Amino acid sequence: MEDTLLVDWSRAQFALTALYHWLFVPLTLGLSFIIAIMETIYVKTGNIVWKEITKFWMTLFAINFAIGLATGIIMEFEFGTNWSNYSWIVGDIFGAPLAIEGIMAFFMESTFFAIMFFGWDKVSKKMHLISTWLVAIGSNLSALWILVANGWMQHPTGMKFNVDTARFEMESFWDVVFNPTAYSKFLHTIGSGYVMGSLFVVGISAYYLLKNKDVVKAKKSIVVGATFGLITSMFLILSGDESAHQVAQHQPVKLAAMEGLYHGHERASIVAIGQLNPEKEIGDHTPEFTWSLEVPYALSILGFHDMNAFVPGINELVYGDKEKGIEPAKDKIAKGKIAIEALKNYKAAKKIKEDGKAQEYLATFREYEQYFGYGYLKDEKDIIPNVAITFYSFHVMVGLGSWFLALFFFILYFSMINKLESKRLLLWSALYSIPLGYVAGEMGWIVAEVGRQPWAIQDMLPVGMATSQLSVGAVQLTFWMFATIFTALLIAEVKIMFTQVKKGMEEH
Amino acid sequence: MDFRAEIGLNMNSIKVAFKNIVFLYIDGFRNMTTGKLLWKIIAFKFIVFILIMKVFFFPNYLNTTFTTDEEKSSHVIQNLIKGK
Repeated sequence: MEDTLLVDWSRAQFALTALYHWLFVPLTLGLSFIIAIMETIYVKTGNIVWKEITKFWMTLFAINFAIGLATGIIMEFEFGTNWSNYSWIVGDIFGAPLAIEGIMAFFMESTFFAIMFFGWDKVSKKMHLISTWLVAIGSNLSALWILVANGWMQHPTGMKFNVDTARFEMESFWDVVFNPTAYSKFLHTIGSGYVMGSLFVVGISAYYLLKNKDVVKAKKSIVVGATFGLITSMFLILSGDESAHQVAQHQPVKLAAMEGLYHGHERASIVAIGQLNPEKEIGDHTPEFTWSLEVPYALSILGFHDMNAFVPGINELVYGDKEKGIEPAKDKIAKGKIAIEALKNYKAAKKIKEDGKAQEYLATFREYEQYFGYGYLKDEKDIIPNVAITFYSFHVMVGLGSWFLALFFFILYFSMINKLESKRLLLWSALYSIPLGYVAGEMGWIVAEVGRQPWAIQDMLPVGMATSQLSVGAVQLTFWMFATIFTALLIAEVKIMFTQVKKGMEEH
Repeated sequence: MDFRAEIGLNMNSIKVAFKNIVFLYIDGFRNMTTGKLLWKIIAFKFIVFILIMKVFFFPNYLNTTFTTDEEKSSHVIQNLIKGK
């Protein structure tokens, strides 16, 4: 009970810090590129209005950057304190990407950040523009290394478990970096940041049009924001398709949970909108949904790029399906226990220096190594993540993503025909879509992380085995401390942002 | 011939460039408006996160409990074998 509580509070704390951190990151990723585009227009045209526009958005960028700065470092503290087993086990894999991220973030962002903010009229226009682009590229490259690490947890590759040191050791840096799960995740994640940045620019500019303030600059900002948003929304759909394809290959239970799919079948459809049947239990024959609107074939196409493909459901993944070659979770758990036993015997044989025996046990361990993590699960149903959270988060994210695409299209269309100012409902929708952008981004992370439970490292280490032996009280205390500090930071950001926005675009 | 002259290194131009960089920062900080408040927030965060939370609430569990890598790996492997 104590252990379950500890794991739950440790997970809650990590989720809290990650979700708060993600309130700041996407705007940095997206707005940095939009600013770079605006400044490029200024340098190309020499029109001073574009310089003023760039400086205005740069101020808002700085506010977000400053408030978000160091919120990510908390997660590294938590790794060392709350997740020490996990930290030790993955140290060799995570060391390289996180070190590169640290160096890159520090040198690239901090150097060029100073020129970007302090260098107006002090360095040449070109040098300033290059700095702005490098800040944008540097921020996005930082995200790459973090997502390489996250992608490895979702689909571990390029490593070997060292039974003597209890660490995953990197065998191929390039396999880790070019892990398809990592780069599809990277592209989808930065894509969501670009859309967030666009929503922010379009939404605030829409507010100015509604208030009849800074109209010329707002209109110009809207054209850049909506164009960037429209292009990146389409990119987001493509990268999302690849992301789902990777999930289908390596995390089939997550895909089944995303779609509330209990009974797998060929030519599987996607539920566009629907309500999960709250009475539904694994293995029973009650319907999966109380009501739903489905898109035929779409899940087979999304998961396997083949409209006739079989998509396994939760039932098949738990109880197995011989015909489809799906192994029951019960068998995987049994094999995992053999791997754990072999590891135990290996260590015992090594201790009494029986090397021959140790090698035999090691061979057994290697044979069953891929099931290692399953050996810690108590029940076959433990492989199922929370279906309701995963399903609804996924559908809210997709629904909002579709809405953003439509929003950018109509905003751009009415901008082009010069009728945007009269479309007040559309302008209000753009303004209120800013918080929706944050909601969509957070939902994406919930799908990615809740959907991969019970694993800290897919198939290798369940979260229950990843934690340190701390008291629940200590984790609860720091949970509430973070909740308070982060909420205060969020309130500060919103207040400072509002003050700047209310000042208008002139005073920057 | 002086080596520095040979490779075209002019100490005066380096000094000027260095001065310009320093003044870029000094002027930048001096003329900040919203930035001053943001720097205060950044300083507050560093004090709270690194000097208080990291030191008092987030010690590295393995580093503070064990001294050598052997001890750390032995502890983790025991956890893995016993299933905690």
